[in-house]
Amino acid sequence: MPDALLATNALTAHYGDFQALFDVGISVQPGEVVAIIGANGAGKTTLMRSITGLLTNQPGMVTFNGAQIGALRADQVAKTGIAMVPEGRQLFQSLSVEENLVIGGQMGRKGAWDLDKVYALFPVLKERRLVQATALSGGQQQMVAIGRALMSNPELILFDEISLGLAPIIIKSIYDALPGIIGEGMSAVIVEQDIAKALSVAGRVYCMQEGRISLEGRSNELTREQISAAYFGV
Amino acid sequence: MEWINAIVQGVLLGGLYALFAAGLSLIFGVMRLVNIAHGDFIVLAAFLALTTTSALGVSPLLALLIVVPVMALLGYVLQRGILNQTLGDDILPPLLVTFGLSVIIQNGLLEIYSADPQKMNAGAIETASLALPGDLNIGVLPLLMFLVAVAVIAALQWVFYRSALGRAFRAVSDKQDIAQLMGLNKAHVFGLAMALSLAVVGIAGVFLGIRTSFDPSIGPGRLIFGFEAVIIGGLGNLWGTLIGGIILGVSQNIGAQINPGWQLLAGHIAFLIVLAVKPRGLFPRID
Repeated sequence: MPDALLATNALTAHYGDFQALFDVGISVQPGEVVAIIGANGAGKTTLMRSITGLLTNQPGMVTFNGAQIGALRADQVAKTGIAMVPEGRQLFQSLSVEENLVIGGQMGRKGAWDLDKVYALFPVLKERRLVQATALSGGQQQMVAIGRALMSNPELILFDEISLGLAPIIIKSIYDALPGIIGEGMSAVIVEQDIAKALSVAGRVYCMQEGRISLEGRSNELTREQISAAYFGV
Repeated sequence: MEWINAIVQGVLLGGLYALFAAGLSLIFGVMRLVNIAHGDFIVLAAFLALTTTSALGVSPLLALLIVVPVMALLGYVLQRGILNQTLGDDILPPLLVTFGLSVIIQNGLLEIYSADPQKMNAGAIETASLALPGDLNIGVLPLLMFLVAVAVIAALQWVFYRSALGRAFRAVSDKQDIAQLMGLNKAHVFGLAMALSLAVVGIAGVFLGIRTSFDPSIGPGRLIFGFEAVIIGGLGNLWGTLIGGIILGVSQNIGAQINPGWQLLAGHIAFLIVLAVKPRGLFPRID
């Protein structure tokens, strides 16, 4: 796949002596939505941290738009057009809702997303824009986290465990909103423990197990048995 | 009347203490760094102003135009070059390194300027005063310094809560990793915070050097006043820091009124009382 927007090439990652990723190779085509599933500790979040530059690697281990970004710092990676909705929302508690959104857009990347468009997508945020961000409900906080990532007008957006800790009805409304968010030529990587949710929005799936890619395929071609085997290693 | 005078002078002195404290409070708020060398940077700024005034023959107040930018630049370089390397989960390295800086600055100043007390002369403005009803005289210079202190606190407050730079300060202070994801280079943001802190130190140093005599050894004492003003006012609250400085200044002057030897003691006692009654300070930030 020569024209991949994002690719990891034999990516490895360590925390001290502990190796968290082994030869991970994934790719995301322009406009594609890819899901990464796997149990706790499979290395999904480490993979996200490596892509975004929160963990730095060898330059060639991550390429984006043809450029080697593996060794860049997170702030440099962000400016190339990768945004992340981090696990657990991670809003800035000292900032208001609107400030959280504005700070996402301050890199000045041009594109369709601005405050008005985020407020149109999540009208409740406009009503509460002056409130301290962490005073919102969990679902509303997730909207802020998504809006904050969109404000940078990324080419690729990473969603790390967006349904974790939210009520089912909130999860449903967020997943219902996803196609409208991603549909604008943006590519996305969705990290998810809920396999059904992941398969419902992603065209292609990678399954991770113990720091390795254990299965890869199109969402509509994989069987439950294949996924179970790759997920649990049984 | 002497008592009212002591209180008024104490309030004005409190403005200077608030200037000592504001920079300290700012960098603690942004990067949880306690700068043990803060007082020595104030003295360094005073000597820098002294050299500027004698080399250029200008008034100390004009020397601000040179001292403030030089101190800001020094702050940025210091942060990027040294202090950023000390920040981490462990709070000990920045304490040790800034303690080391304190020793280096004191001895460097001693080597260059000797231990002789110095004082800057601001000219006629130093002796000008406003006569208030009831036999009360307010020096123009102390009043000016107080007003500048209030303006500096107001400006810092605006930067911190209304500007893009302040938004970056607060974001990095909240969550360093996530702030990086927003395209903020925390090493640069910390550098800017230290630059702002030492710019305020520049103002404080010049005012100190006009108001009293100074020598290379008095930095740690100014650091203590700064600490006390911050703690009395409540951590993270800049207006509280101004109030803290005023309480400290008023206590010292009341103490001195009772007995000249009690000036510093009275300030420390006021600090201890606040610490005992309200350990988080009078106006802790609500969150």
